[in-house]
Amino acid sequence: MTFALFTEQILNGLQLGVMLFLMAAGLTLIFGVMGLINLAHGSLFMVGGFVCAAVAVWSGSFWLGLAASLVASAAAGALVEIAVIRRLYDRDHLDQVLATFALVLMFSEATRFVFGSSPLYLNPPAMLSGPVMLPGGIAYPAYRLAIIVAGLLVAGGLGLLINRTRLGVRIRAGEADREMISALGIDIRTLYTIVFALGAALAGFAGALVGAIQSVEVGMGEPVLILAFVVIVIGGIGSIRGALIASVIVGVVDTMGRFLLPDLLSGMMDAASARGTGAAIASMLIYVLMALVLIVKPRGLFPAHG
Amino acid sequence: MKNTVIAAATIAAFAAGMASAHADPVKVGMITTLSGGGASLGIDSRDGFLLAVKQSGTKDIEVIVEDDAQKPDLAVQLADKLIQSDKVDVLTGIVWSNLAMAVVPSAVAQGKLYLSTNAAPSQLAGAGCNANYYSVSYQNDNLHEAAGEYANTAGMKKVFIMAPNYPAGKDSLAGFKRFYKGEVVSEIYTELGAKDYAGEIAQIRASGADGVFFFLPGGMGISFMKQYAGAGVDVPLIGPAFSFDQNILQAVGDAALGVKNTSTWSKDLDNQANKDFVAAYQAEYNRLPSIYAAQGYDTANLLISAMAKAAVSDQAGFRTALEAANFKSVRGKFSFGPNHHPIQDIYVREVVKEGDIYTNKIVATAMTDHADAYAADCKM
Repeated sequence: MTFALFTEQILNGLQLGVMLFLMAAGLTLIFGVMGLINLAHGSLFMVGGFVCAAVAVWSGSFWLGLAASLVASAAAGALVEIAVIRRLYDRDHLDQVLATFALVLMFSEATRFVFGSSPLYLNPPAMLSGPVMLPGGIAYPAYRLAIIVAGLLVAGGLGLLINRTRLGVRIRAGEADREMISALGIDIRTLYTIVFALGAALAGFAGALVGAIQSVEVGMGEPVLILAFVVIVIGGIGSIRGALIASVIVGVVDTMGRFLLPDLLSGMMDAASARGTGAAIASMLIYVLMALVLIVKPRGLFPAHG
Repeated sequence: MKNTVIAAATIAAFAAGMASAHADPVKVGMITTLSGGGASLGIDSRDGFLLAVKQSGTKDIEVIVEDDAQKPDLAVQLADKLIQSDKVDVLTGIVWSNLAMAVVPSAVAQGKLYLSTNAAPSQLAGAGCNANYYSVSYQNDNLHEAAGEYANTAGMKKVFIMAPNYPAGKDSLAGFKRFYKGEVVSEIYTELGAKDYAGEIAQIRASGADGVFFFLPGGMGISFMKQYAGAGVDVPLIGPAFSFDQNILQAVGDAALGVKNTSTWSKDLDNQANKDFVAAYQAEYNRLPSIYAAQGYDTANLLISAMAKAAVSDQAGFRTALEAANFKSVRGKFSFGPNHHPIQDIYVREVVKEGDIYTNKIVATAMTDHADAYAADCKM
């Protein structure tokens, strides 16, 4: 194994982590502020991917598609919040899971109705299409590097928003005490809609970014949603900082596990079964990690309050 | 004079017999995937099948189409319903091997015929074969075997091979290695449904291989090819047709151009049945057919050819008529081996762009009159 290969795999883990963060940040905010489990977050990811693909093909510009995906997923999020989610805040988690799962099914079939069953075409913009040479002779896809940069910028921006703005103060106050903040005269309904739309926009942004290197198809959001839930459980529910750190940990552990485990195991068993077993264990690794974290810190690494 | 009358009477009686064979209607239950991520495969299978039924003009086939949503438990329920309440004679249409394994053994044990439009797992080709089961598509290993054979002729000395970690993925790599004679530098099992292949691509870049064989059906293949092109690795790719069907290629775009893939069918196969099929399919559905559509079309034509010779109530006679495979296949040559799996040619195709449409053209024949590795274990 060379240094270049190892570094490239670390970068891959970081890129996966940053992408997971965009999903997990919205999920953890919505859970932290509104106490809502939102299974339909993966559908907003899908909306981002489809709108970006459709607008990019129609206009010929990936960037226009990306902007449209932000607007469309935020709008879809706000609409869903006002029409459905608003009625769920006082219900228990099982009702929320049922209702948001119904939303998943409705989003999937509506998307199929509008766009058809075949996957859509979406490729990275030409200026980011090839590899770039990094120091140390590492050829790395420019687009993945751009995802890392974009994700870190969003993380920074989100940190500023939460910690340095009036909206951020309200969001943090909403997390700490819902009744008190409405007693102080803040329109909690609008705040909830804004938080939900913000989370939706982040998910849609992730869907559009990832759609360019993966397949834009119905159901693309659900596998990512599961990983994002793992992230927020490890990071501590409601914590943006926890989500960022846990995302990177999950991304790197997942990528390096897939990469290294089959080789490590081949010292213990024959090559063919080491390949199969290694791959199987690697796909369980982050869940094992989640279980270990929960044993040591039952509320996650960085619990939001208390 | 008398002789003529007898002859005429014989002909009339014979014709009446023929007519009764014709008039014996057949009820077909089609279970296929019409919703979810794999829907385009099932939709093409159905459309190909129904096109052949429509072209034949027969009123004697009734097709009941059901959507399995790619869920084995749902497929089993649908099969029970079709057999017990609709009383179908023939089942067909399943795309995925895990669904086929859930439905086929019990359906054929209940005396129903099963004609496979796609899935053909090894378990049903060897010791588990059945007189009522016919694969009109291929045996699952076939396209991978052909890819191994093609890697030899293309002069690939060191290949990197990759498939999802599930039974069909393991069969795929085993099939490739059955015929490939060079060195396998690395063998990787990816997670089923994985969409990110950055790690695998980094390993391909570092492996020093001169060829990559991959079996990643559906969205997995789309993701892999886009990311592979973006990574700037120039090791040539080869795979089975599943990652290169007409619906997938449009989503991959330029990243797929020039990639070689093995297939039993291609839209440019030079025979009259295929030309007619491609033209009729485009006229009917306003899109190019995929391999799944071609296999669905052949399956319906096989059924229609058997109905002309025997009544479906005459089980032994109908089976003999199916075994004869006396229909004009869009694949040109087509016959059944002793385990009811095809003996056919397998081609190498290259992805090309025709106008705005990405499609395949045949560049070589990988294997001629190829059967499968399991036929010897089949005792029928």
